[in-house]
Amino acid sequence: MSLQVTDLRVYYRTLAGDVQALDGVTFGIADGEIMGLAGESGCGKSTLGNSLIRMEGRMRHVGGTVTLDGVPLPIDDQDEMNHFRFAEVSLIPQYAMSALNPTRKIGKMVGELLATRGVRFRDIREELERRLELVGLARDVLDRYPIELSGGMKQRMVMVLSTLLNPSLLIADEITSALDVSSQRAVAQTLVEFRDRGFVKSMIVVTHDVSILYQISNTLAIMYAGKLAEKAPTDVIMSRPRHPYTRLLISSLPEIGVRFEEQRLTGIPGTPPPLLNPPTGCRFRDRCPIAIARCAEEEPPFVEIEPGHSVACWMAS
Amino acid sequence: MLTLERVSKTYKVGLFGGTDLPAVRDVSFSLQPGEVISLIGESGSGKSTIGKMILRLLSVNGGTITHDGTDIATLRGSGLRSYYQTVQGVFQDPFSSFNPIFKADHVFGLIRGVYFGSASAADWQRRLEDALEAVTLDPAQVLHKYPHQLSGGQLQRLLIARALLLDTRYLVADEIISMLDASTRIDVLNLLGDLKARGLGILFITHDLSLGNYISERTVILRRGRIVEMGTTAAVFGHPIHPYTRMLIASVPRLHEKWGQIDAGVRAGSGWTPAPTELCRYHGALPDGATGGSLAGPAGSGLAELEAGHFAGCVAPRADGTCGGRPSVAA
Repeated sequence: MSLQVTDLRVYYRTLAGDVQALDGVTFGIADGEIMGLAGESGCGKSTLGNSLIRMEGRMRHVGGTVTLDGVPLPIDDQDEMNHFRFAEVSLIPQYAMSALNPTRKIGKMVGELLATRGVRFRDIREELERRLELVGLARDVLDRYPIELSGGMKQRMVMVLSTLLNPSLLIADEITSALDVSSQRAVAQTLVEFRDRGFVKSMIVVTHDVSILYQISNTLAIMYAGKLAEKAPTDVIMSRPRHPYTRLLISSLPEIGVRFEEQRLTGIPGTPPPLLNPPTGCRFRDRCPIAIARCAEEEPPFVEIEPGHSVACWMAS
Repeated sequence: MLTLERVSKTYKVGLFGGTDLPAVRDVSFSLQPGEVISLIGESGSGKSTIGKMILRLLSVNGGTITHDGTDIATLRGSGLRSYYQTVQGVFQDPFSSFNPIFKADHVFGLIRGVYFGSASAADWQRRLEDALEAVTLDPAQVLHKYPHQLSGGQLQRLLIARALLLDTRYLVADEIISMLDASTRIDVLNLLGDLKARGLGILFITHDLSLGNYISERTVILRRGRIVEMGTTAAVFGHPIHPYTRMLIASVPRLHEKWGQIDAGVRAGSGWTPAPTELCRYHGALPDGATGGSLAGPAGSGLAELEAGHFAGCVAPRADGTCGGRPSVAA
């Protein structure tokens, strides 16, 4: 098991109280696994990604543990965590286009970044150039300023840079959302290639776009209101989802070939509950078509119903 | 009917506007009441520029946009006011379309002030309730609320309701569901379908091919300001002709089919792959069989009609729009 997250709780401090953005999340990622993480806005998927690498000031680690390759990650200690960042855990940020320092030539910026990890630029230059070539960038980008690169080139540069030290875990947060369909596909396939070549051991791909995840991820985790609703191998979750939220989510996605006149899709009525004072019991029950009395009283545990397939629903087991 | 005829738009960019940036070139199509046309293109293809020109938020550099025979560029005063009564727009970001210091229904008040100053309170109330009902919103839930108290789907539907308060017959919907969550976007999309059934003509601008395919009868594919393919949605998605359209369709992530399978399917199933020749592959299909120069498509748009109502552009156009003569592998 490359990454093991156990009962992780991260709350946001606000004047009105704690917003329980991540409330008891448990999952593991195997070596070489790409896990897709999907959910509506505000479900806590970005909070999960961020808390594995850098907690914002208003985020508070309330409970739970994270271990990476058997070593506990000190996720609530900014200074300790710094030893792991970039080398062991790395991030491709959502706005990769603005992630590069505009006042430095790219090569110089890479050199400075490596120096903070005690790596000499000239030792790694050869490998860097090989990887640039792999993503279709000429080696002279290192002598250019970020402003001279197009958005897609910057995105690829950041991808190479984030994975340069062969981190164990890579977190890709909504990296395809701002791209056109053709570049979306190229970026997604590059992620798979990086995994295949062993540049990164395992990956969490956070996005709201389930169809991208179907293309590239090995397992798929669906989050709802701060909790995991379901996690299973991608083919299993797409062909026989067990959580009603997953089912409704998948059936609400239009696909090429589905036409309004012929087959009318429906959305999920209602909105997710507020996480400031979340309701007791199952958080999806107000929107759930198959909710029973028990759902209001007891919270369904996230249990494994078959190997590798976990669901948090009373009606699934 | 809204008709665009060889519409072009050039932006002035660079220092002192010294450089011309052609954003839209020779675009011609028309929108009827009761149909949805999806205008699909990647970023920078000029799709939003076309929407803004129809709404007269931008001027037209070349060609004309006519509404029932009247050139909209000539409209002034009351003529323009009645144009806006029939043509309205809704934009991408519902969260920033509202003024956060006013309640959300302030947008309705603005309409009342301009168009219904003399309407009685009861009359106005009835109109408002009709519009809200059309977008399936419960007045009690959305009126007298501030924007931050409403969800993105509710705000976007309020904006559509605002557009419907007038005697709207055409709606320019520019990426209106891109910012919404998967669980609510389909409801807004279905709403557009219902409004279409009530006789509204909708220009659905999007970069998302699966949404366009779901809702529209006709599809226009734009690339770098030019139409590359245009026809019924079934034809454009069923057997795309232009290599660019095929590439786009093959790139769309799907739910039950991996990219590798799609590549094979698009190539094998299309049946539209003529043998590579030295010349642009559509010249054979042109009425005059010309071997170079301008493509003699409808309204001089650089398009050739390859089946009834299904048009495609040159594979390798030169900068001025004439045929480059050679098929380009990369196109």
